[in-house]
Amino acid sequence: MQQIPATESRVGAAPHGLPRLLASSRNHAHAVDLRTHRSTMQIPPLPQRRPRFDLIDAVDAAGLRGRGGGAFPTATKMRAVTEGGRSPILVVNGAEGEPASSKDRMLMARMPHLVIDGALIGAAAVGANEVIICAERTSIKALNALEVAVGERVQARERFVPIRIVAIPPRFVAGEESALVHFLNGGEAKPTRVPPRVYQKGVKGRPTFLSNVETFAHLAQITQWGPSWFRQLGTDAEPGTMLATVSGDVTRPGVCEMAIGTPLTDAIGNAGGTNSPIQAVLIGGYYGTWLGAADAAAATMSNADLRSRDSGLGCGAVVVLPAGACGLRETARVLTWMSTESAGQCGPCVHGLGALSSTLTALAAGQIRPGMLDDLHRWAGLIDKRGACSFPDGAARLLRSALQVFAGDITLHLRHRSCSSAMARPVLRLPKREEVVWR
Amino acid sequence: MRYLLKVDPIACDGRGICAELFPERIDLDDWGFPIIDATPIDGSLMSHAKRAIAACPVLALRLEHAPPGAVRR
Repeated sequence: MQQIPATESRVGAAPHGLPRLLASSRNHAHAVDLRTHRSTMQIPPLPQRRPRFDLIDAVDAAGLRGRGGGAFPTATKMRAVTEGGRSPILVVNGAEGEPASSKDRMLMARMPHLVIDGALIGAAAVGANEVIICAERTSIKALNALEVAVGERVQARERFVPIRIVAIPPRFVAGEESALVHFLNGGEAKPTRVPPRVYQKGVKGRPTFLSNVETFAHLAQITQWGPSWFRQLGTDAEPGTMLATVSGDVTRPGVCEMAIGTPLTDAIGNAGGTNSPIQAVLIGGYYGTWLGAADAAAATMSNADLRSRDSGLGCGAVVVLPAGACGLRETARVLTWMSTESAGQCGPCVHGLGALSSTLTALAAGQIRPGMLDDLHRWAGLIDKRGACSFPDGAARLLRSALQVFAGDITLHLRHRSCSSAMARPVLRLPKREEVVWR
Repeated sequence: MRYLLKVDPIACDGRGICAELFPERIDLDDWGFPIIDATPIDGSLMSHAKRAIAACPVLALRLEHAPPGAVRR
């Protein structure tokens, strides 16, 4: 996957094969500086006053889809922003609240110029005259690298629209687009009621082109090397490469770049392979779904394949659960954490996540009561699509996949009040929050 | 014209008055928050819907135009 030997690329030469996004960073432990970045990537004349529809058409031809989890066609979003009637604002969403994902942080910290180029090209494409790049307050390396990178551009006398780097509260839902816009408009980083959608009315009431960090990095490369280059990797329906954060029971956890459509087992192999037989794999992070061992062995890293398994790529996070871990207890821990991450605004989310997490925790601990399994199924259905944002839907989806994939464990827990894995060390990691902050 | 009854989940604090006034279309979940039937509302039920909307102490209910072809979920 990343085994293509490093070659000294000529100025402007497109990376051949893999890696793409990480091409110029492979020999660097730190952020790639402006000079190194400019040796491989130029930037079209900027800034622009009017939308550059030719750039949007290239994104369309490339078939780029958002890499934050929604997989929405980026060109469609860009066109919608240009139809807002007012001068748009561009927001790079680096709020990586998903605990199993670190690819956006890594991209900002190591390839800040690629991200900034993507943002500036995106701004020119939609006619935005302002760029805001958001990263969690705790993503110190990313924030520093971005600040340094903007400074380098000023020193090099590059011309660009104003770029503001904003540190945001480290909360799961702070990266939800309405929450992020609400925060940027001076409020708490909590989701608001939609519509209007942010592409209609976002930051300062202006049409807002908001997309994930990785999406903008791809956008820069598409502009530089063209849609057909972009389509050389990936599938027809989902072209290009993706960054996957692979963790759990693997020997070299971390971020790796792969073509979309790569077998999941290769993604795991790229992270050094597993220490024990695979029991299940969590795809898409804590906002994602569990795949059982058989599905995990056959799946590819594409939404088309994963959809057929009631799953999806989400943000590209992969967590390997080894044999010997208790999937129920792991899921209960995650749901309990998620219930504390809720913005606490919507009744079904507050009460539903509380009920789901406490009941699954009881089941995992062998505190059995009649009807608890039926309750879990019913509540998962009850909270689905009843919040202002889709956070509770994600919790319901994770729970449903757990009830299905770990059905055998449920039987054991119901019958014996425990399973053989009760003493195993937890695999899924949960961020510690010093305090709950929304501003 | 047909309408859809919608609740603002952030504004709603689960008083449950709406379900009492409009039981034909509003049910309450285990925690007292409204579950609204997605069937478009027209004719005789409109007055019930409007009464539920007016009675909500936090103004969390509203009617939206049903898109053409909107049917029961």
